[in-house]
Amino acid sequence: MKILVLIKQVPDTATQVKISGADPKAIDTAGITWIVSPYDEFAVEEALRIKEKRGQGEVVAVSLGPDRVKESLRSCLAMGADRAIHLLDPAWAAADTLTTSRALAAVIKQEAPALVLCGRQAIDDDMGAVGAQVSELLGWPCASWIMEESVNEGGTAITVGRQVEGGLEIFELPLPALASAQKGMNEPRYPTLKGIMGAKKKEIKDVKAADLGLAAEGPALSVVALEALPPRPPGRIIPGEAGDAAKELVRVLREEAKAI
Amino acid sequence: MAGAFWCIVEDDRQGNPKKVMAESLGEASRLAAQASGQAEAVWLTDKATEAGLDQLAEWGAKKVWLVESAALAPYRAEVWTPVLAELAQKESPQAILGVVSARQRELLARLAARLGAGLSADSVALAMDGGTLVATRPVYAGKLLAKMSWAKTPWMVTLRPNVFKAGDAQAGAKATVERPSPSIPGEAAKFVERREEASTGLPELTEAEVVVSGGRGLKGPENFVILEALAKEIGAAVGASRAAVDAGWRPHRFQIGQTGRTISPKLYLGFGISGAIQHLAGMRTSKIICAINKDPEAPIFKIADYGIVGDLFEVAPKLTEEFKKLLKS
Repeated sequence: MKILVLIKQVPDTATQVKISGADPKAIDTAGITWIVSPYDEFAVEEALRIKEKRGQGEVVAVSLGPDRVKESLRSCLAMGADRAIHLLDPAWAAADTLTTSRALAAVIKQEAPALVLCGRQAIDDDMGAVGAQVSELLGWPCASWIMEESVNEGGTAITVGRQVEGGLEIFELPLPALASAQKGMNEPRYPTLKGIMGAKKKEIKDVKAADLGLAAEGPALSVVALEALPPRPPGRIIPGEAGDAAKELVRVLREEAKAI
Repeated sequence: MAGAFWCIVEDDRQGNPKKVMAESLGEASRLAAQASGQAEAVWLTDKATEAGLDQLAEWGAKKVWLVESAALAPYRAEVWTPVLAELAQKESPQAILGVVSARQRELLARLAARLGAGLSADSVALAMDGGTLVATRPVYAGKLLAKMSWAKTPWMVTLRPNVFKAGDAQAGAKATVERPSPSIPGEAAKFVERREEASTGLPELTEAEVVVSGGRGLKGPENFVILEALAKEIGAAVGASRAAVDAGWRPHRFQIGQTGRTISPKLYLGFGISGAIQHLAGMRTSKIICAINKDPEAPIFKIADYGIVGDLFEVAPKLTEEFKKLLKS
């Protein structure tokens, strides 16, 4: 069974993100530590577990982005993915969610996997739309924010538990299908030394827009500007011992803030 | 009508629109007034009620597009998307507004792909600017804000709950109800079952107007009962920091922050939470932030409106007591 995992490279969560001085629509990338978006790591881990459980199959990591994305694809290979595909083309420099989804859908068509997994969202633009859009473009069923899955023995269907308000909804999706991972479904493995060494010999194939037969299209949605958050008004510390402070806090929440 | 601002209805699966629809219809009405259009609700359901239709009208819908069919339940993206797309292609609304919910975040993404339209997900502000819509949305989990614009209509957006102001409810207002009959495709995904979470009797984290949240300072899972007691008193949801979730004290669905839920309640009360950058990202758009922490240097005090430097095990029960007194009086 072939499984494609869509991953994105993002700044580490501890990064203090700043707007670029040169381009108000972009962030300053100096000094950023890049990681595989955490939700995508759950997807990679789950793909590896499916392969291990079945005793056969192939896990292919796919990502769209600039040169530095190779490092993140290499991390997936070190975890155990068999090979990687890098969608690398200046034409995608300003790709919006839909352009990215079209490119990924085109690769998926070429690769024809039984299952595509991705994270519920990338933690940079937080759009959380690519998985659903790819499945729409392919005409596949999808399940977003899954907490658990099991693929049937014949490899023809996947049963997923998707997180919804107030519970889990369990669906059986015929394959091929796409599912996006929510935190809590697994604990991603750390690459072993052997895995890291082995990853250097695995293939990362570069793919350009022309290889996918995709015409250049302007973005449907664009960032006009990035802005820093408006500063919050200065706060104050309520003094006194616990009882007095609690009483005063409740009073100001009612009378000043009108929050209760 | 072509100037229409559509609001996709989120309901309780019992035939009643959720309260968050007051926010999206309120915002749609405000924008439509500037764009010579009107707010309209689009409701896909297996069961609508008269009261639900009236409710949508009172919240600002001038027209309700109702597609009522047993084939629509439970929600499946591959069934709902073509139905909505057919309606949208026929009626050409100017904007399609959804709300951030389990189903709509997926549905609107698929619909945008089908229509070739742009989608600004999880938006926190909308404005008309020179005849076109501009959306503001947090990126990098709220460390920055991005202003978004579209190349063409329909402008598609999902709205973060609790951020947009509901319009004044128009008691007795009635909407025109259209009952189109688009073709409803068969489903691919087979529904197996729904597993309800053990009910805490507390509101859902992302929908709650008040959130009480606990971190490493709680020292162990057993101490969350202190926060639950407080939450019950004020009708709050209980959340947790990543430290508390990673320690296994709370299930992940309660995590607030960059790899958890992003919330914007009217009131946030953080107990024993230091305020790591990824946590602040998930809650800094709360209207009022209160922090209770032993460490006066905790970063959360930098963004808090009110802080108490003290032992949460002393302060939290006192707060519960004081809220009880206040809400009884």
